[in-house]
Amino acid sequence: MSAANGNGLIEPDVAERVLARALANGGRFAEVFAESRQGLTMAIDESRLESVQSAAEEGAGVRVIDGATTYFAHVDGLDPADLERAADEAAAALRGERRQPQALGALFSQSIPIERAPAEVEAATKAALLRELDQRGRGQGEEIAQFSASYMESRRRVAVANSDGLFAGDDRTRTRIGAQAVARRGEVVETGAETLGAHRGFELLEDDPGQIAEQAARKALTLLDARPAPSGSMPVVVGGGFGGVLFHEMTGHGLEADHIQKGASVYAGKLGEMVAQPLLNAYDDGRLPGEWGSDGIDDEGAPTQKTQVIEEGRLVSYLYDHVTAERDGHEPTGNGRRESFRHLPIPRMTNTYIAPGEAKPEELIAELESGFYAVSFGGGQVDPATGDFVFGVSEGYLIEGGKVTAPCRGATLVGNCLDALAAIDAVADDFWMKTGICGKGGQKVPVGTGQGHVRVGRMTVGGTAR
Amino acid sequence: MSELSEATRRAVEAAQAAGAGEAEAYASRESGREVRVHGGEVESLTAATQSGIGVRAWIGHRVGYAYGTDLSEAGVAAIAARAAEAAGIADEDEFAAPPEPAEIEALAGLDDPSVETWETPRVAELALAVERTALAADERVVAVETAVYADSSERVAISSSAGVAGEYESSNCYAFLQALAEGEGSRETGLGFGLARGPAGLAPEAIGAEGAARALAMIGAAKPESRACPVVLDPTVAASFAGLIGGALGANAVQRGRSPFAGRIEEEIASAAFALHDDGRDPEGPGSAPFDGEGVPRRRTALIEAGCLRSYLYDTYTANREATHSTGSASRAGYRSLPSVSSSNLVVAAGSLSEAELLRAAGEGVYVTDVAGLHSGVNPVTGIFSVGASGRTIRGGELAEPVREFTIAGELVAMLGAVQEAGAEARWVPFGGSVKTPPLLVAELSISGS
Repeated sequence: MSAANGNGLIEPDVAERVLARALANGGRFAEVFAESRQGLTMAIDESRLESVQSAAEEGAGVRVIDGATTYFAHVDGLDPADLERAADEAAAALRGERRQPQALGALFSQSIPIERAPAEVEAATKAALLRELDQRGRGQGEEIAQFSASYMESRRRVAVANSDGLFAGDDRTRTRIGAQAVARRGEVVETGAETLGAHRGFELLEDDPGQIAEQAARKALTLLDARPAPSGSMPVVVGGGFGGVLFHEMTGHGLEADHIQKGASVYAGKLGEMVAQPLLNAYDDGRLPGEWGSDGIDDEGAPTQKTQVIEEGRLVSYLYDHVTAERDGHEPTGNGRRESFRHLPIPRMTNTYIAPGEAKPEELIAELESGFYAVSFGGGQVDPATGDFVFGVSEGYLIEGGKVTAPCRGATLVGNCLDALAAIDAVADDFWMKTGICGKGGQKVPVGTGQGHVRVGRMTVGGTAR
Repeated sequence: MSELSEATRRAVEAAQAAGAGEAEAYASRESGREVRVHGGEVESLTAATQSGIGVRAWIGHRVGYAYGTDLSEAGVAAIAARAAEAAGIADEDEFAAPPEPAEIEALAGLDDPSVETWETPRVAELALAVERTALAADERVVAVETAVYADSSERVAISSSAGVAGEYESSNCYAFLQALAEGEGSRETGLGFGLARGPAGLAPEAIGAEGAARALAMIGAAKPESRACPVVLDPTVAASFAGLIGGALGANAVQRGRSPFAGRIEEEIASAAFALHDDGRDPEGPGSAPFDGEGVPRRRTALIEAGCLRSYLYDTYTANREATHSTGSASRAGYRSLPSVSSSNLVVAAGSLSEAELLRAAGEGVYVTDVAGLHSGVNPVTGIFSVGASGRTIRGGELAEPVREFTIAGELVAMLGAVQEAGAEARWVPFGGSVKTPPLLVAELSISGS
């Protein structure tokens, strides 16, 4: 089970046998998804290396689709007997005529290449990296009271075979580090965090990764001088990179076709309509080289792709998995993703971003008499059905007289996505991507978010100032 | 000895053979199913079996962890060897040591036979009944986004080189829906849910009716005016806050200077109306078990009594750091995670007022039925929070028009001090971990709307 690109996880003849068993009681579509995952995580806290955890899991999920119903079973283990058991369980509730799956085609694979497999790097090197992060984070000032950092590597090999003859594999290595700092001055305590991650190997960490420790510490130190954030409705300039989580939450989720088809999205029925000002272009791109949310194929074997979702303000595409694409008579967009073999694939974003505009970031701020500058978020949440969203600002500042002034703590942005998206009146030309972990339906997947600086004409800021 | 206990015993031996001085293995075998329905039809039916083992190895005071799904003899040995290897990477920590064995008292009532005896078509019908009830409640309920029934039964075994040995079985199930109501040009969602040990313990009509009622109540919602006013937190919202408080009372957060409750034992930190305890043995509590994630007996621990902070929650490691005893609060998200401090079931003490009396006591304020953004809007170190919310206006002591798109802001400890009354009717809520709480009246919180 060591061959690259998922090949070898499941032999074609075994896959064909499993698919035939899955269709023993009928169904128009059957699929087997096999996965083998190895991972290592470790952390440094109180300057002590701890929580060293090593993982090795393998298993498979089999689904059969009949009419509007999906039957799914998953098992641990990849022995042919395990896979057949899953197929039998998935088929157990069906009552139709046996169907024969199509013969499998040749294995399709376009895995993202990595340079240096993390598993082949000595543990001592990883430990040394965490010690460096610790030292550099703590070195930012006497007021850094706590510092912790984490390291994560994971390799997921997957193989998918289905009754339409598709056979595809992928070999996915991700590496990520994170730093968290706590700064204290008397009674005032503030936190700062920073991450660096990619669908890459250990080469990600060759170019001064320790700077994230300094960035996290500086954020916490800056906030020591913060005043409580104001409350009220005002223009908001959103920072680049992780600022893109705003678009991810308020629009991206509403474009996932499962929400659309259930009428549980404010973007349902709006295809072809203007949903933003003409300066806005946005994409979901699962093929961005080395990005955190990229993969060679999605978790149903469809090649990942670049999908424009908003073109000059007009809504031009939703994001599909196999089931929702079939229902709409649309081609899949490579967005069928799942957390693991224990989950059903559903439409998910990959790397979602607002394309760079033509404005300069400083202009976005200079044009404002007063407003709020949200540099980065701690996270966010949206109800796609109502469009209501909320974001916690992890680093924010007042804008006064066209200038960024005092740092603010405890700001939350709330609003409705249709209004907020339409209120974006400037997009800057600086652009970068950041990593995130997105949760939906109890499944977590790695996603990239990105943008240059963006200005929302009016938004509700909920602060703690009295 | 069961096959599962046998696997843990073999893992402990293998870890020691691979160089660990002490070792502990935790294994689980779980089977479960989930039914999702939509539009009167079954949308998906999932059958799951999973099993795995997690091994903690100590070399002196260095600790490492490994887990995997391969329970064969060779598989377990490989996992155990990786645990010993991980221990070799970690730094020395004088407080890292395996728990001492203690007598484990059996706990009845953790499994319900209806998980086994109710066949899949019957639980699918339960989920369909949840959806049907919501749709029939009012013509403005236009759809149900999803109605879900899920259950699982699990066997857990643990053993260690120090002599810990235990095993138990438990079952859990839940059903929920997200109802969609339309009116006055807006669309609203409403959550209804129920929890039990088995499907026989769920009331599908009540779950469907709750989802419909919550969605309908929000039709026509507008932004409230910004102000500071009395706020009533419904049990789902109170549970989310109780979960945050429970997290901040974990000794791990306290010892690492990341809790607003650090250094405040026996201080007055809440009003007399607020009391909180952790109960790991209440058979009704979804988080109950005879022992915790490292084999220490679960128990009841008073956390806040008569406004006074009584105790933090400890696992063996954090207890060793303070030369005290574990409160049986080592939790695991299955075999895939190292044990760490967390509440089992948090119970907020009920008061004497009915919901109507609570609203009358509030007078003019806001009844909060939903909060969003808790993971990003709360600073766990300082307790300062600003979270998105929706609910109803309270006018003249009664529920009035719905409100949305506002934030409530404050500070956790100050909020505990401002709890004026607790309601009489408590319920189990799956938010903030596992929490049983009544609605709470907070004398004043900041509302930021228009």
